[in-house]
Amino acid sequence: MDRAITRISHEILERNSGSDSITLLGIPTRGAHLAARIAAKIESIEGKPAQCGTLDITLHRDDLRMRPPRALMPTTIPSLGVEDRNVILVDDVLFSGRTIRAALDALGEIGRPKTVQLAVLVDRGHRQLPIKADYVGKNLPTSPSQIIKVQFTELDGVDAVSLEEGEI
Amino acid sequence: MRHLLSIADLSKTEALQILNTAEELARVSDGPMKKLPTLRGRTIVNLFAEDSTRTRISFEAAAKRLSADVINFSAKGSSVSKGESLKDTAQTLQAMGADAVIIRHSASGAAQRLADNQWMTGSVVNAGDGTHEHPSQALLDAFTVRKNLAHGGDDLTGLHIAIVGDVLHSRVARSNVLLLTKLGAKVTLVAPPTLLPVGVESWPVSVSYDFDSVIETVDAVMMLRIQLERMHELFFPNAREYSRYFGLNKDRLKKMKQNAIVMHPGPMNRGLEITADSADSARSVILQQVTNGVSVRMAILYLLLAGSQEIGASE
Repeated sequence: MDRAITRISHEILERNSGSDSITLLGIPTRGAHLAARIAAKIESIEGKPAQCGTLDITLHRDDLRMRPPRALMPTTIPSLGVEDRNVILVDDVLFSGRTIRAALDALGEIGRPKTVQLAVLVDRGHRQLPIKADYVGKNLPTSPSQIIKVQFTELDGVDAVSLEEGEI
Repeated sequence: MRHLLSIADLSKTEALQILNTAEELARVSDGPMKKLPTLRGRTIVNLFAEDSTRTRISFEAAAKRLSADVINFSAKGSSVSKGESLKDTAQTLQAMGADAVIIRHSASGAAQRLADNQWMTGSVVNAGDGTHEHPSQALLDAFTVRKNLAHGGDDLTGLHIAIVGDVLHSRVARSNVLLLTKLGAKVTLVAPPTLLPVGVESWPVSVSYDFDSVIETVDAVMMLRIQLERMHELFFPNAREYSRYFGLNKDRLKKMKQNAIVMHPGPMNRGLEITADSADSARSVILQQVTNGVSVRMAILYLLLAGSQEIGASE
């Protein structure tokens, strides 16, 4: 996982010519941890801190009515905001694309970034919306019933990505 | 959670969930874009059979910020004043497709009655019923106390709060006693014996008749409105004597602990239970209470209406 994060960080820096114009926004819970990891990596490469925050998308989800109410997570926008920045959304797994659609809506209410890019640790396919990631840690072909479990040391005590057979 | 009828029905976890959700929603209210699409297409009816400014407008603002459609309905100028019963009113609202009804009524238990009978399928939110409860006010008060005094803590453990004035007629006091003690705070009621309800000994609070001895020890004072319409009922000899013994004035304000705050659910009778300089002092969080009210009510509407009510609905 560390190697994937290192590669994503380098790709982000290459595409945006350095870290000055970028703002990383992680989608809670695990996307936020991933964003913090990428920010730390970018800082160690560039020698200066990167703008990093979190973006909660719960209120913009299109499946709210189908589930019991969810708890809201914190949204923290870094000091320079998103206006005219290259915003990079960060999430752990890219699946249907609906989370990212909601994130784009949520972002639109905060401001108007120059560009929005997407970094994910795992792309498992099965998109339901026309959304594509700019930076992918690993492409993992799956069947829709399988479950991808991403674990971070901060939360779960271990760094791991595992594929589990879901019940049908 | 399907309805919000009383604080007594809420567990501590549920109460904290509302406060935490409100905390996140408050950030939205601070942001440049105050409107969220979350409750688009839902209809919320404000059924106010008793006068109200703050609560009604606050619920209306909360619903609108979540993009719900709001229908305001007050007893004056509607068929309620022609004698239409609560049942018929509720069934009418149901027939129009209301997803939630926010009800204020002068009869204790009106909200419960609306929720218990199968007159309508939507959620019922109690916005004050008689002298029974006013849960959303208690939640916003607890939210305000936590924001000012809990220093990032989750609940209100270790805080001491005085509720002063007409406890007997106050639904705000009843809901607050239940909620604040549920969240771990110590509550002292301060009032003349005539304005304390029968059976107050069984409440989880201490009672004092001496405001001056209590004021130095508390972290927050919550002043209650003296309902002027009850002045002739001889609960106390006259207004001046009441203000002298139980009103908040400059001298008492000086005795308060360093970071202690002054609260009032409104509307205030300036000069009776609270002097103008106390209400406008730096300790006063009365306007903060109003602002927080919108966030807390957004949280209530979000938690009641945004999700599916079938528990354990599949992913």
